[in-house]
Amino acid sequence: MFLAIIMFNMIINKTKKMFEDNNNSGSLSKLSISEAPSPGDPKYEETKQELKETIYDCIKTIKDPEKPATLEDLKVVYEDGVQIEHFKPSDVSLVRIEFNPTVPHCSLATLIGLCIRVKLQRNLMEKIKLSIFIKKGAHDTEAEINKQINDKERVAAAMEVPSLSQLVEQCISEDEI
Amino acid sequence: MFNIGTSDHIMSQTTPLQTLKGHVGRVWSVAWSPTGTMLSSCGEDKNIRLWGKESFGTKFTAKAILSDCHQRTIRETAWSPCGNFIASASFDATTAIWDKRSGQFECNATLEGHENEVKSVTWSKSGQFLATCSRDKSVWVWEVGEEDEYECGAVINAHIQDVKKVRFHPHDNILASASYDDTVKLFKEDLSEADWVNFATLKSHTSTVWSLAFDRTGTRLATCSDDQTVKIWKEYRPGNSSGIPTPDGDAVWKCVCTLSGHHGRTIYDISWCHSTDLIATGCGDDAIRIFKESTNHSSGDEVSFDLVHTVHGAHAQDLNCVAWNPMVPGMLASCSDDGEIKLWQFKLDTL
Repeated sequence: MFLAIIMFNMIINKTKKMFEDNNNSGSLSKLSISEAPSPGDPKYEETKQELKETIYDCIKTIKDPEKPATLEDLKVVYEDGVQIEHFKPSDVSLVRIEFNPTVPHCSLATLIGLCIRVKLQRNLMEKIKLSIFIKKGAHDTEAEINKQINDKERVAAAMEVPSLSQLVEQCISEDEI
Repeated sequence: MFNIGTSDHIMSQTTPLQTLKGHVGRVWSVAWSPTGTMLSSCGEDKNIRLWGKESFGTKFTAKAILSDCHQRTIRETAWSPCGNFIASASFDATTAIWDKRSGQFECNATLEGHENEVKSVTWSKSGQFLATCSRDKSVWVWEVGEEDEYECGAVINAHIQDVKKVRFHPHDNILASASYDDTVKLFKEDLSEADWVNFATLKSHTSTVWSLAFDRTGTRLATCSDDQTVKIWKEYRPGNSSGIPTPDGDAVWKCVCTLSGHHGRTIYDISWCHSTDLIATGCGDDAIRIFKESTNHSSGDEVSFDLVHTVHGAHAQDLNCVAWNPMVPGMLASCSDDGEIKLWQFKLDTL
């Protein structure tokens, strides 16, 4: 009987502790949510800048489909081309990337757009909604290409074409040039 | 867990019923069987999944996986009006026909002809025709013969870009298509020529038209677009009371309402419920929105619709498809890039 009471107490205490632990972790997670920076907060700008840099770091090493150089080397992508339009820490942010094809009739502009989209889709941990655009006036068929690289159905289908997906894989692989 | 929203005098409520998991990767489309008891889904993993209930009142569970028929993404499935067949459209340029008459669905025909991705498939109400569309810009109408024969009855090259969606009229042999060329086109069977002809082109959207849905009468059409608007189109037949001229004796379709400012990104799909008349949209901003026609504002030819409910974050990523259950009023299925399918129950109370 006595033993039973002790055990009962033990269980009660254990349950109590579990409750406390739960509450603690609950308040902890609340704390971290309230700590998520809001606009105006210097931490907000800092996190936003971090996202921008992460995205840029991801795309700058994409290899040009033709030349033995990266998109950064060729100034096809540049840090200012990455715009965080609607930044929401710990939620979906809207990102706009502008790129500048080397020549106005560059036939590989679509492929470059495809590489940017696929590489970010695969490597970025943060949740984003991405729009990609050619720098205004930088390409003869700018509107056409913009429409194509922002149509996710076209992108998905393109990535199932072996010859095309192979090209993309080569451009976005992380090995040395 | 309720999601309650109000708009003017309308109170609405959307209850999440279930999440159906199983697909790997993006789920492109969901479709209800004609009796609303089964749901088919498909996507990037090249499988069709069938979901159904054991008995009335229970939850939907996985019933079957149809695989090994397509080499690439399955973009859409469609049930025949009799419920015995499912057609599946794939990026592998083929459309497969699955037959259940033996007891379980088996792939018994593959329709070839499109040059590349087949994006959408639809059956006519009579079950006599099947239509498909593709990135190759064409719309094909197949005649369904006896003994599982599908004969191509027409290849329509009316659009100048990819065709994203095809849908048959709810009663008549009229076909509608939505395209990357920003237009919607309507086709009818020309009995004298034994061909299908384009009799109307609906121009007003400023970017890709992703999807479309007829209302229950077939006299109105809702379209949704990459331009982030929904448009409602109305049919004017020859001799209509509004005095709209109808050259060549064909019905004329006019845009009578544009819903803008509600959606934050591309609207990928739209479903018009044939029992409640509510319109649901699935959007790239992860939300489901429900619209209801206003009873007080509609005068003459102009109509207006109220946004009666928004489910923000309905999915973790883009919604690709929304579908009202044809038998259970207010029941909606949705699917997303997040790999999930969700079932919702929408309730509307007018205060």
